[in-house]
Amino acid sequence: MTEVATPPLVVASIEAVENPSFDEGMESEIKRILERYPEGDSGAALLPVLWLCQERWGWISPGVMRAVGQRLDLSPAFVESVTSFYTMYMLRPPGKYLLQVCTTLSCQLCGTSGLVEHLKEKLGIDFGETTADGRFTLVDVQCLGACGEAPVVQINNDYYTDLTADSLDEILDGLDG
Amino acid sequence: MTIEPILLAARGVKNSRTLASYLDRGGYKALTKAVAMDPAKVIDEVKTSGVRGRGGAGFPAGVKWSFVPRDLPKPKYMICNADESEPGTFKDRELILVDPHEVLEGIAIASYAIDAHTAYIYIRGEFVREAEILERAIAEARDKNYLGKDIVGSGYDLEVHVHRGAGAYICGEETALIESIEGKRGLPRLKPPFPAVVGVFGCPTVVNNVETLACIPHIIERGGAWFATIGTERSTGTKLFCVSGHVERPGVYEAPMGTTFREIIEGFCGGIRNGGKLKAFIPGGSSAPILPADRIDTPADFESVAEAGSMLGSGGVIVMDDTVDMVWALENLLTFYAHESCGQCTPCREGSDWALDVVRRIRRGYGHAGDLETLHRIARFASQGMTICPLGDAFCLPISSFLEHFGGEFEAAIAAAEKRAATFLPILPVRSDHALFESEEAS
Repeated sequence: MTEVATPPLVVASIEAVENPSFDEGMESEIKRILERYPEGDSGAALLPVLWLCQERWGWISPGVMRAVGQRLDLSPAFVESVTSFYTMYMLRPPGKYLLQVCTTLSCQLCGTSGLVEHLKEKLGIDFGETTADGRFTLVDVQCLGACGEAPVVQINNDYYTDLTADSLDEILDGLDG
Repeated sequence: MTIEPILLAARGVKNSRTLASYLDRGGYKALTKAVAMDPAKVIDEVKTSGVRGRGGAGFPAGVKWSFVPRDLPKPKYMICNADESEPGTFKDRELILVDPHEVLEGIAIASYAIDAHTAYIYIRGEFVREAEILERAIAEARDKNYLGKDIVGSGYDLEVHVHRGAGAYICGEETALIESIEGKRGLPRLKPPFPAVVGVFGCPTVVNNVETLACIPHIIERGGAWFATIGTERSTGTKLFCVSGHVERPGVYEAPMGTTFREIIEGFCGGIRNGGKLKAFIPGGSSAPILPADRIDTPADFESVAEAGSMLGSGGVIVMDDTVDMVWALENLLTFYAHESCGQCTPCREGSDWALDVVRRIRRGYGHAGDLETLHRIARFASQGMTICPLGDAFCLPISSFLEHFGGEFEAAIAAAEKRAATFLPILPVRSDHALFESEEAS
């Protein structure tokens, strides 16, 4: 459990990331990232640069992929193949709060399915969907690696553990915006 | 046998993540000692300790280091594997949360031993806070010259970088992890060549698990021979056991190798939750074959667990009480593997999905007489060297072991379905896709 409330994601609209460019802050961060890898292997910066873009815009649009490819000298097809391989890069804009429910064995043994039913009913959405007000996106994920504190839900960057329907309600109600 | 914790000694210490706390506890003494030694002597000490890889494979760490060719005129790389994705495993996260400098010191000593000047910590994408903790620890250590240029005046330089994954179980496999650092999809490479010769960026590379590296400072400080006195003859040292599922007190427990699962489950964890009865446990992460309750007296070391028909693996113990439906449990595990297969090798890509289909229909009451034979055949054709990496075995071992120990539950489910099918014709198609069953369950 974290001490401070989880902040909402910054999510850019589809129009805003049609043809994005890196501002000065991002450009200097990209330079810092590139320094970690050997010269001539700038492709290694792809995952960290995609993370940087996702923090900035909330998701990775085709336009973002093109911009990243251009910056790192990689083809758009290659960037897309990598982006879509990893489950954590969002290919569509998520809600402000991304609820990632662990559905693997240890969590299931400790009552995740009840939690899932509760969430689906409370939010009126299924896995992979976003609430109409754009506040919550619900997804099922594989093992989050915190099995000793099952059931676990990751909200944006924070783990919430040892959950019950009541404690989860309290957490969701306490989120800003 | 109980002894003082070694790796998790800092548990409960205030501000244990800070450099000040680590120095208070004698931290970075081992690094200071190591950089004054000949690198070959450091490797010898680790070989003497007998410490074996804690990520699952159990390969001796010192031997792995000695495979790095010293005379090759190429940079060498050290990688700390913090991808921790094996279901039931959560020890590396605990180490990072409790004592990140212990891990960093291990990385620094290992890097010195193999003559690497760059090290990467590959951490799974979900561990955002843990990655931040490591970044802070690296900055602190650099500031006080335990990392960076001319470490403690020895002339040895080392930079450590955190590289975040982005959600892929397969990246815990060392060659997939290397591909992922290079910015590619995490598709495992064929071996040989082994990473020790051709690793990341085409250079010699050693990949070690977080827990393995956390052992290193203690081995250097107190001697390999001391470490080898803990545990059993061939499985030395302490091990972090992560217990989850139906126990009273789940969590990470440190105990010498060879501690029995009874001591772990009944002693440390206070037994089965709500006074229930143990039905089965998976001893080493979800890829390890499941063991029935009567093997609870098996000592938890590499050899004894193998003898009992499973693997010590990562030390992730998943405990199930007698309310668990084994068909359901296997379906859950296969869902994981079908989702995480990288798609590179046909037996694994198709086999994991196919096996999931079969087990799912058995669980939903549509099993057929030939289904168990089908499962056995999939398990034969997708394991034991039929795939590039061990993910094939990782989903086949649960299948074979669930059928070996709990085959009766599968047979009963199929018999009930057959009886029903005989009453309600028409008979369902033999191999059907997910969509058909999804729609049936919904209606």
